[in-house]
Amino acid sequence: MPLLAAVSLLSLAAIAYEILLTRLFSIALWHHFAYMIISLALLGYGASGTFLVFAKHRLLSRFHTSFAALAVSFGVAAIGCYALVRHLPFNPLEIIWDWRQQVHLAAIYLLLAVPFFAAASAIALVLAAWPARIGAVYRADLMGAGLGALGIVAALFVLPPEDCLRIIAAFAFGAAALALYSVGRRPAAFAILLLAVPAALAWPQTSLTPMPSPYKTLSLALNVPGARIVAERTSPLGRLTVVESPHVPLRDAPGLSLASTLMPPEQLGIFTDGEGMTAVTRFGGDFAAVAYLDELTTALPYHLLDRPATLVLGAGGGAQVLQALFHRAPRIDAVELNAQLVDFVRRDFDDFAGHIYAHPAVSVHVAEARSFVEASDARWDLIQVALLDSFASSAAGVQALSESPIYTVEAFQTYLRHLAPGGMLAVTRWLGSPPRDTLKLLATAISALEANGLGSAGERMVLLHNWNTATLLVRNDAFSRDEIALIRRFAAERQFDLAWFPGIRREDTNRYHRMAKPTLFDATAALLGPARSAFVDDYRFDIRPATDDRPFFFQFFRWALLPELATIQSRAGLVYLDSGYLVLALALPQAVAAAAVLILLPLAWLRRAERATRAPGRIRVALYFLAIGLAFLFIEIAFIARFSLFLGHPLSAIAVTLAGFLVSAGLGSGVSRNIATRWPQMAIVLAVAAIATLGTFYALVLPHAFGAMMGLPLAAKSVIAIGLIAPLGFAMGLPFPLGLTRVSESAPALLPWAWGINGCASVIAAVMATLLAMHFGFTALLVLALGLYAAAAFLLGQERRPARSSA
Amino acid sequence: MYSTGKERAIPRLSSVVATVALLLVVAPQAVAVDAYSSDRLEMVRTIEAIAREVGGGATPSVLGMDVLDAMRRTPRHAFVPTYLQSLAYADRPLPIGYGQTISQPYIVALMTDLLRLAPGGRALEIGTGSGYQAAVLAELGHDVYTIEIVPDLAKQAAKRLSELGYDKVRVREGDGYFGWPDAAPFDGIVVTAASQQIPPPLIDQLKPGGRMVIPIGAAFLTQELILVEKLANGTVRTEAVLPVSFVPLTRSQ
Repeated sequence: MPLLAAVSLLSLAAIAYEILLTRLFSIALWHHFAYMIISLALLGYGASGTFLVFAKHRLLSRFHTSFAALAVSFGVAAIGCYALVRHLPFNPLEIIWDWRQQVHLAAIYLLLAVPFFAAASAIALVLAAWPARIGAVYRADLMGAGLGALGIVAALFVLPPEDCLRIIAAFAFGAAALALYSVGRRPAAFAILLLAVPAALAWPQTSLTPMPSPYKTLSLALNVPGARIVAERTSPLGRLTVVESPHVPLRDAPGLSLASTLMPPEQLGIFTDGEGMTAVTRFGGDFAAVAYLDELTTALPYHLLDRPATLVLGAGGGAQVLQALFHRAPRIDAVELNAQLVDFVRRDFDDFAGHIYAHPAVSVHVAEARSFVEASDARWDLIQVALLDSFASSAAGVQALSESPIYTVEAFQTYLRHLAPGGMLAVTRWLGSPPRDTLKLLATAISALEANGLGSAGERMVLLHNWNTATLLVRNDAFSRDEIALIRRFAAERQFDLAWFPGIRREDTNRYHRMAKPTLFDATAALLGPARSAFVDDYRFDIRPATDDRPFFFQFFRWALLPELATIQSRAGLVYLDSGYLVLALALPQAVAAAAVLILLPLAWLRRAERATRAPGRIRVALYFLAIGLAFLFIEIAFIARFSLFLGHPLSAIAVTLAGFLVSAGLGSGVSRNIATRWPQMAIVLAVAAIATLGTFYALVLPHAFGAMMGLPLAAKSVIAIGLIAPLGFAMGLPFPLGLTRVSESAPALLPWAWGINGCASVIAAVMATLLAMHFGFTALLVLALGLYAAAAFLLGQERRPARSSA
Repeated sequence: MYSTGKERAIPRLSSVVATVALLLVVAPQAVAVDAYSSDRLEMVRTIEAIAREVGGGATPSVLGMDVLDAMRRTPRHAFVPTYLQSLAYADRPLPIGYGQTISQPYIVALMTDLLRLAPGGRALEIGTGSGYQAAVLAELGHDVYTIEIVPDLAKQAAKRLSELGYDKVRVREGDGYFGWPDAAPFDGIVVTAASQQIPPPLIDQLKPGGRMVIPIGAAFLTQELILVEKLANGTVRTEAVLPVSFVPLTRSQ
């Protein structure tokens, strides 16, 4: 058993390393680049299969030593390769301008693939060494991965990422020691265990600390004379940095009127992973000092509602809470996802912030905004969806990859249902040009109103904008004539433009903050009219409303734009491509090309080996493992998205869902041998039938069932989620070991190749899943996955020839 | 290493002696002859080609001849780090340290064009960076006041501009928010420092009829330009101008 424990430990370390790298690169660069780098580095898994096709015999002859050596290699490379990568002068922002950046990027892929390659080779080696126990080995692998995902999320709450890196390296040495111990080589095992200490500790902290790009907002803020970091805290949600700038004020007031001469008082900036600054404003109880809060586009609802009970979604540093207090809101619920961020305002800088989070009218809730509202019975007069992402990152489209459950049609329906009579929903976004966010916001609001059975959406909406922000008001009731007069006065005094209000005329628009044509008004009119679908279909960007099934509010790219982009020869045309999407679109062909090389490379070699056997054809094997590799990830990703909404906090969602899938799949894998013995002809078909039944059932039932259970406490919801995931995961754990056992019995030479193909498929699947979900939705992804499983059953489901002829 | 002097001889120095000395240096190179002169001509040809290709609507497809002439004269290679000099005239932004960049030549030309300064105008720049934009404005014959918040960049730019003979450019180190009240009002203002706010003091210091240009976007890629106009009656109007013209609909235009 110690060897299986070693497999678990190594697998744990590898998955923890993968998640940790995402964190480290999010601090140094940006999340979407982290995503691309790590996706590609994971091809080390695929490469391990290719390598073992050639080296299997040599390594198996000294099996335990080989395993230990590979595990130690992982331990050394996990830190070493990362430390090397830190020194590469890679600037992803220059990648479209400078070919040398592409060379750096390739070097990063290769370096970071090394540790994954070593870990995967070690595990594949055990599979090859113990063909009779494939199910048990794969179970150890999956269980370790499940624990690793849970463990690293927990560890990142208490330890800085640099220290997590050291622990991961030590674990790898532990795995090596266990392998040697399992064959009685105790002195060697003990020596390796001792070596773990210097391997983990020899690296000075400075060689591991991520170096933030000089182009990050935080780096730029710190270039200002006198600016300095006054506090820092990390968690799996990101590294929070608090900056004070005593000489040059931060002056954060998004949506401030150009006619205003007011200025915010002194502020502290809180950056998450060096971006997305949210400000804590100094407040000493004197509301006159924060009168600028009445000069923002977000102040409009307070002029229409008298002292509204207010819900602030995305409280951040508290600017919107202060704004609600300024307008004498008697009850303010402030929702913020990151507990550490709340702590800064509530504890560390409590005096500075004027105790706003301890104000008797204010209740602060640490929760994910959407699920907070779903679970609540309360109603509010005003729901403010705050603007938390930064202007520049919004303009650059870095969020294109992110799912945003707060901006979907279903979310808006929920907000509208939680409004008291006469209440309003106010959503503020960066304006941006050409218009994208604002139009998608409008389309989403209109769909939500209609879905709630409220006709004439145009009577229930007001769209107000400044030069760089737009605030959309939506309500269940129509706006009255008096209210419209108030709105017009509010806008005129502050030189805000109105792009929509009931009864607006074209000449009322595009006055102060102009576009070449009154595009916002024209678009709103089109979206409210009979030509809506034609308008949406024809628009250059994807402005279809986001839904829970396709919750990518920030994805605007349409492939229809591509031919036109291609005709613009200068790179100026790239302003139309959101960088988040660009990264995905680049990662996929790279991954596919690299995977193709890794899969095809050993073919010639295998042809010889195969001739001796009467195995299922190579192509059949390749397609089988490709299909189940893709399908497993597709289903996992689709359900993580579904369960995120249900469980609320994205971290609990990932921990519960990912660990749930991996552990239950591990358990399934553990019994695969029994199933294969009992139903030798039908095992794969049975597994696929179970997956298809459960998958279809969940797809149809879950979206409705979850609604009723949203209000349950997290523990209860976690138990329900695990209960639902377990049977599906169990069944999904079967096809891989069943197929691998088939291959190992009839054509053992193909085993490492199959392992490698599965590894490549997982990498491609992760990138493809995001792309597919963006364009077609998670349900489509699920359907595709079930189709792939069906194809797999067809490919390898029934033995075509008498079995075990080569045994 | 840096260009030996200004390539265009405009006797703007008060001292006759200095004028003569300058003429002696510059006269033989009146048509901008240095190691990079052909690169520079090529750069401007590229700018013109891009403008023709992507212009339309609010985005000009033909840029002012005076702007292009100024860019033909400004030694861009002197404004980039030594190790990047070979790329100075490529149509791309380049890093200059401190998380700052020197903008893509096409964007510099476009911003300068959008300012529509009359000859001999007075311009304010917030965010000097390398000093290239200030130099281009000075080449156009404007009085340029430029403020940089990063002390090292401010010092380097001041030194570079004075060595190159751009004595009509005044560089100050500090917070650009309050503008340059002593030199106000300005005919044009360029705010290249990334900003979520348009500082009210800058609007105050803009002459009626004056224009302000603010590029928006992440480093190395300008997504849009905000053009702020102060009308004759003092009202302020903004307009979003894209570096690439935008036709919102694909079929029914």
